[in-house]
Amino acid sequence: MPHRNVSCRARGTWREHLAPVAVLAGVVTALSGCNLVPTFGATRGVTTQAHEEYRLWYWMAIAGIAVAVFVWGLIGWAVLRYRRRDDHMPKQVHEHIPLEITYTVIPLLMVIVIFVFTVMTENFVDNNPPRPAAVINVTAYQWGWIFKYAHTGGVTIQTAEKAAPSLLPKSYFNKVYPTLTIPVDETTRIYLRSLDVVHGFYVHEFNFSRYAQPGVTNTISFTPTTTGWFPGQCTQFCGLYHSEMLFNVHVVPDAWYRTWLKAEERSVKHERLFGFAPLPAKAGP
Amino acid sequence: MLLFVGAFFAAVCGIYWYLSNETSGTMMLLGTCLLGALPGGYYYWWSRRMRPRPEDDPEAAPADGAGVVGAFPGSSIWPFVLGISAASIGLSLVFGLWSAVFGFVLATAAVIGVIRESRRGGLV
Amino acid sequence: MAFAVERTIPVPAEEHGPSGLLKWITSTDHKVIGKSYAITSFVFFLLAGLMAMLMRTQLASPDNTIVTQHLYNELFTMHGSLMLYLFAGPFAFGGLANFIVPLQIGAPDMAFPRLNALSYWLYASGGIIMISGFLTTGGAADFGWVSYAPLSSSINTPGAGPDMWIVAIALTGFSAIFTGVNICATVFYLRAPGLTMFRLPIFTWNMLVTAILILIAFPVLTSAMVMLWCDRHIGSHIFTATGGGVPVLWQNLFWFFGHPEVYILALPYFGIVTDVLAVFSRKPVFGYRGMVFATMSIAALSTSVWAHHMFTTGTVLLPFFSIMSYLIAVPTGIKFFNWIGTMWRGSLKFDTPMLFAVGFLVVFLFGGVTGIILASPPLDFAVHDTYFVVAHFHEVLFGTVVFGGFAGIYYWYPKFTGRMMREGLGKVSFWFMLVGFFVTFMPQYWLGLHGMPRRVADYSPLSGWTLFNRVSTLGAYLLFISVAIMMVNFLVSWLKPVPAGDNPWDGHTLEWATSSPPPHHNFYWIPPIRSERPLWDHNHPDCRTIDTHPPGEQRVPAAVGAEADLRPGHGTGTGHESGEGEEP
Repeated sequence: MPHRNVSCRARGTWREHLAPVAVLAGVVTALSGCNLVPTFGATRGVTTQAHEEYRLWYWMAIAGIAVAVFVWGLIGWAVLRYRRRDDHMPKQVHEHIPLEITYTVIPLLMVIVIFVFTVMTENFVDNNPPRPAAVINVTAYQWGWIFKYAHTGGVTIQTAEKAAPSLLPKSYFNKVYPTLTIPVDETTRIYLRSLDVVHGFYVHEFNFSRYAQPGVTNTISFTPTTTGWFPGQCTQFCGLYHSEMLFNVHVVPDAWYRTWLKAEERSVKHERLFGFAPLPAKAGP
Repeated sequence: MLLFVGAFFAAVCGIYWYLSNETSGTMMLLGTCLLGALPGGYYYWWSRRMRPRPEDDPEAAPADGAGVVGAFPGSSIWPFVLGISAASIGLSLVFGLWSAVFGFVLATAAVIGVIRESRRGGLV
Repeated sequence: MAFAVERTIPVPAEEHGPSGLLKWITSTDHKVIGKSYAITSFVFFLLAGLMAMLMRTQLASPDNTIVTQHLYNELFTMHGSLMLYLFAGPFAFGGLANFIVPLQIGAPDMAFPRLNALSYWLYASGGIIMISGFLTTGGAADFGWVSYAPLSSSINTPGAGPDMWIVAIALTGFSAIFTGVNICATVFYLRAPGLTMFRLPIFTWNMLVTAILILIAFPVLTSAMVMLWCDRHIGSHIFTATGGGVPVLWQNLFWFFGHPEVYILALPYFGIVTDVLAVFSRKPVFGYRGMVFATMSIAALSTSVWAHHMFTTGTVLLPFFSIMSYLIAVPTGIKFFNWIGTMWRGSLKFDTPMLFAVGFLVVFLFGGVTGIILASPPLDFAVHDTYFVVAHFHEVLFGTVVFGGFAGIYYWYPKFTGRMMREGLGKVSFWFMLVGFFVTFMPQYWLGLHGMPRRVADYSPLSGWTLFNRVSTLGAYLLFISVAIMMVNFLVSWLKPVPAGDNPWDGHTLEWATSSPPPHHNFYWIPPIRSERPLWDHNHPDCRTIDTHPPGEQRVPAAVGAEADLRPGHGTGTGHESGEGEEP
């Protein structure tokens, strides 16, 4: 233990007392400044699956920040305390086996605990409950989406070009992005496929993404708990217009969903009979 | 250590195959296992048959390693030629076979050059 | 010049062979090749950095049209490819390792000098081929640095640019394999007498493990490239679902390379940081053996976690890859605590290399924590392919490669050139980099958590992402300034040289025992090696490293006694030769 004079010790005590408070205050201010408290930046989500993921995120974020602050504290302490003040030689400490074993075993235990919670959440999120209220075949292609409702006589919503193209330079403004309408508080099952390359089906408020891949059918389910419009987007890079492969999810009350589906079914029949769709009578707000 | 690589990947490979029944990953892990085991086994086999070297003796003095270590050519143009030839053979996969002809001529020259250089044991 | 070479050169040898440009082309000296590698890869780093600037500028405003979408796709593909294939890896195992490993183990050269030169030329020509994809009519490769099949098929991305990319990766892949073989052979066979495996400096250990990882990972990549080329040109259907192939096989193959690649990029820089921390703390590496085993377990685990990049494919075994990924945190944690242990109660001097090394600790920690979050499949579902991932891997890679790499540059630059870099400029550049780093990448976490996908050339003004994108772009400019200051530093040290001397940092390991820059075939003299810090033991005989690795202990009682009596302030190194360790 190197000798420390009185003033040095006094400074050390001051720092010891104030440093944690200052760090805590700093962290809290910083976090609340970015609107990170108390969600740590994530969304709570609008499906039961998203809620579960959010819960896992919340506790892992707390654990992660605790570990980070602890280790940063150690680094900070070492950096401030052990600056070279004179030309003395430090003790040539080589190793300390019990200490090393301690900091092997503790992270190992933490990791195992995290793993258990991860698997629990994962099983909940990946579960596909039987008898879903809606079954939708989602097909991704370059660069759009096809939502085909099963057992409805072929109700299909898909990305379309605008009838009157905008003069603005991007095709961005010339698309009608499709809307996936699903009932609230019911389970929707989605069969996800791709016609060409790998795409990512991602709805931010669902806290969920899954690849749409050629040759693979992925099955996913959600149970929304809130009605509203939620933006979705392709997340896996899929070529030139990847950034414009958008869609919307519209979560509606069950009765509304049925009415909407009926109307769509009628329109499909109409088209089959007369060769063109009925004049647009948009459902929705 | 290479033996350890072999053993580790044998274990992981087994577990992975058991849990996933997925082919490509298992094959890659198997390959990795062999990658460790083959040279590792070879080294082990040799280490039992050779004299201990000064670099593995914790008490060796620098003088123990005196003598010729090996042959280190100071400079040689042939790696450059061989590199260019490999690049042009590679480019032939993109632009057509004409650059492969060029590449193979250079590669032949380089191989001959390296062999001559080694035989003569000096600068070329 | 003689072909046969002894370990230490008895008399000062003159520089033989050609000079000028011809010297750089024909040399098989590991130092010249190492310099060529370092300079070439640094040029690629600057190019890739400029591409990043362009991309950040494009993203500064929603619906921006500074670059077209096609160009944007090329830019991020080439930014990733240059940084990962042509800078981060080759700079470490081609530039630094080539130069430093033979010096650290007291060898006259790499084991296979001509192979070494060949791998440089393969690398250089591969890099030039990749970058000249921009000159073709269709532009450079634009399928992302991971080139997921079937996006990388000849239908979806036709043209010469992508083909050149494939050829370039194959060439650099071979180059990396050759270098890996070379490093393994050098470390196995050319160590100085007394330098047992458990006395290797940590940097050399990490390079050896990296070399083995290269041998595991790169053949898979190169063969995947061959398959991809066959799919594109001779009509095979390995990765196309319509022809009966399996597209997801590409992802398996690629990430079986890709994840070890992450550690091929990280481990050398861990090694640099370890050495730098020890030297500037005047202490041995804390927990040397723990460090080596941690390196090995990271490497071993890293080859069985490849599918954690594929959690959202729905085709992989989630718990297996999740637990394996989590387990990597344990050895990484050991390393962290060992680094802190090395600094603990040391005597820390904050020269520029040390600043960058500590900066690495600060930065990498956060990348590691978010890595744990991403290793959890449910959370990966939530943020996969968003800016959260972008921020994570930039924190990890930028933290290791740039902070660690710059620590290495500042640390070994005197050995490379015999000149010092300017401390003042170095420190200014460090603070710009640290601040710029956090300003650039912390907002990207927020963006990812708010749903901004990666690899998008534009976003809607309604998305609410504008502000944080602006902040991130501002940070990128700060990083640019930092690198510019570093370039000025190079220039100043080149125009107005300050001679460095053999051992400016009071280094511990053998590379500091020779002159700066080292002579041809490296060593006139090697100190006796009794621990992993031979030069320190030689320069500070009253403050030696206790060699806890049996059986050396009993043979040096005097040194152990001196250690036990050690008091702070007593150990001023005199540099005289102490003989007690060598008596038989």
